[in-house]
Amino acid sequence: MRVPDALRFASYAAIGSPVRTALLVLAMAIGVASVVVLTALGDGARRYVVDEFSAIGTNLVIVLPGRSETRGFNPANLVTSTPRDLTVNDAEALLRLAGVKRVSPLVVATTEIKASGKLRESILIGTNADYIQLRNLKLSLGRFLANTEFGGGSPEVVLGAVIRKELFGTENPIGKSVRIGDRKYRVVGVLAEGGRGLGISSDDVAIVPINSAQAMLNTNTLFRILIEAHSREQINPVKSRVLKTIIARHEGEEDVTVIAQDAVLQTFDKILNVLTLGIAGIAAISLAVAGILVMNVMLVSVTQRTAEIGLLKALGATTRAVQQLFLFEALLLSVAGAVVGVGFGYLGAAFLRYLYPTFPAYPPLWAVLAGLGIALVAGLVFGVMPARNAAKLDAIQALSRK
Amino acid sequence: MTEADTLIRLAHIGRTFYLGDAQVHALRDINLNIQQGEYIAVMGPSGSGKSTLLNVLGLLDRADAGVYHLAGRDVTTLAADEQARVRSEHVGFIFQSFHLVPRLTAAANIELPLMLAGINPDERAQRVKQVLHDYGLDARAEHRPNELSGGQRQRVAIARATVMQPTLLLADEPTGNLDKVTGEEVVALLEALNGQGVTLIVVTHDQSLGARARRQIKMDDGAIVSDTAASVIVGATRDEST
Repeated sequence: MRVPDALRFASYAAIGSPVRTALLVLAMAIGVASVVVLTALGDGARRYVVDEFSAIGTNLVIVLPGRSETRGFNPANLVTSTPRDLTVNDAEALLRLAGVKRVSPLVVATTEIKASGKLRESILIGTNADYIQLRNLKLSLGRFLANTEFGGGSPEVVLGAVIRKELFGTENPIGKSVRIGDRKYRVVGVLAEGGRGLGISSDDVAIVPINSAQAMLNTNTLFRILIEAHSREQINPVKSRVLKTIIARHEGEEDVTVIAQDAVLQTFDKILNVLTLGIAGIAAISLAVAGILVMNVMLVSVTQRTAEIGLLKALGATTRAVQQLFLFEALLLSVAGAVVGVGFGYLGAAFLRYLYPTFPAYPPLWAVLAGLGIALVAGLVFGVMPARNAAKLDAIQALSRK
Repeated sequence: MTEADTLIRLAHIGRTFYLGDAQVHALRDINLNIQQGEYIAVMGPSGSGKSTLLNVLGLLDRADAGVYHLAGRDVTTLAADEQARVRSEHVGFIFQSFHLVPRLTAAANIELPLMLAGINPDERAQRVKQVLHDYGLDARAEHRPNELSGGQRQRVAIARATVMQPTLLLADEPTGNLDKVTGEEVVALLEALNGQGVTLIVVTHDQSLGARARRQIKMDDGAIVSDTAASVIVGATRDEST
């Protein structure tokens, strides 16, 4: 018996009982779709985190005040428990290190911003002129903070897109003054919409020079120091140089934590990949269930179609031909289910992206291929037993059953 | 009549079924020679073994004892797939309940044996068309069995049984599910095929149908109790010898 004929016969057999076929295809489709959607979720989470981290900039080394590691008991810990402040001077010192391209000190606070009688809560960021390149931010209007190195700083502010809209509407805000806290600032620029990083949208910020921010908040401490290395290879050397410099400046005390964006990125990437794999594994269970369902339905189908099987044998069908017909039918059902399932899965992922536009829920290709593959194998494995049962059927008994 | 014309030779064929502890001798020591082109009716009460005989002849069932020669070849001990080949090439079955595949059209039902034999689609289409025409089913080619009358269904079944041009046609109560008039038509069709040289063996309860055959075999309790051919063939040989 020729393969195309067997395929055609099997597909007619499948179409011949539409309800059974539809339900079976649906079961398999749900299995495959769940693999596709769940891996899209897992991989989306991975991408989201990785994107958030890359969005802060490239080749970044970040200095945080305080120690996040413990290295056993040290009597010094008892004496000096408060860490030294991370200061603008520390940041200035880091700029002179080899391999360092840019340094931005960072102060962050929530504040209220007023203009033309409107009041709005916003996130105040105090930093320097390098911040815009370091963070890869884009301007839609005007310019960024003037390059005043670390000193001085005229009272100017760069607004996030949403703040600007809420305070000024469609009006051009450049040159207008806003009041932040008890100080007046001149608006010199507006950030482009959609910038983000570490979960903070840059639409809601007001960026002012570091000095005025520190003066306003009455503090010397920095929230972070962001350092951009010249290249990827420089990240680790820069990281150790930064740590050494800060320790030297802080009287030999290691009271800061230096992290490389790259390392964090890789760790998250690894963790979330494993998570996605785990999710895919769980989803694959539903595929196995669907496979068993295929077997069950095919077994029932064999008993329902005994007369037909007997007839085929009487007409000269070999054992192999009968096996082939039933195996092909199981395979066709599985493949149809898998294809429909991939469609459902992509739809589901698209729906997720529609609900959460910032969440990149794209199913990874490997998961789609694995879903299809497992469905195929399930159809094959679980189709074998019914097919063998069909082939073993005694033709006379099969024919005599009405 | 020469040895070469003997299509079927059964020697000491036995078939025993086991129903629980009980043994049922469906066939006991059957000896039967059938010539090419004969028209035979096998008759007898229910359970007399006539259907089993038909199944053994059609290689659907295997005898426990004895030797079966079909067209000069010992087919008693053939492997299952070899038997399937022999069925495909030599034997056509016609059933009381037609056994058409309900989801397939008349044409597709007729095409089944050709498909199973692996004949290429072009030739299949041609042969199916020819057979549909021969049996006056042109207009019914694309109808499904449930859209056909009983007589038409049986004609489709006969078309299917003969599309491979078998030498042996086995019919089990071919008119059992038909009214008298359509039954007559179907029998006429089978007899016409026999007229073209096909060996026709009909199993039936129907005395009048049985009487139309040139040779009647009566069975009871798994054994042949009478065979009109014994005398006819003896007579024929006598005729030749004289």
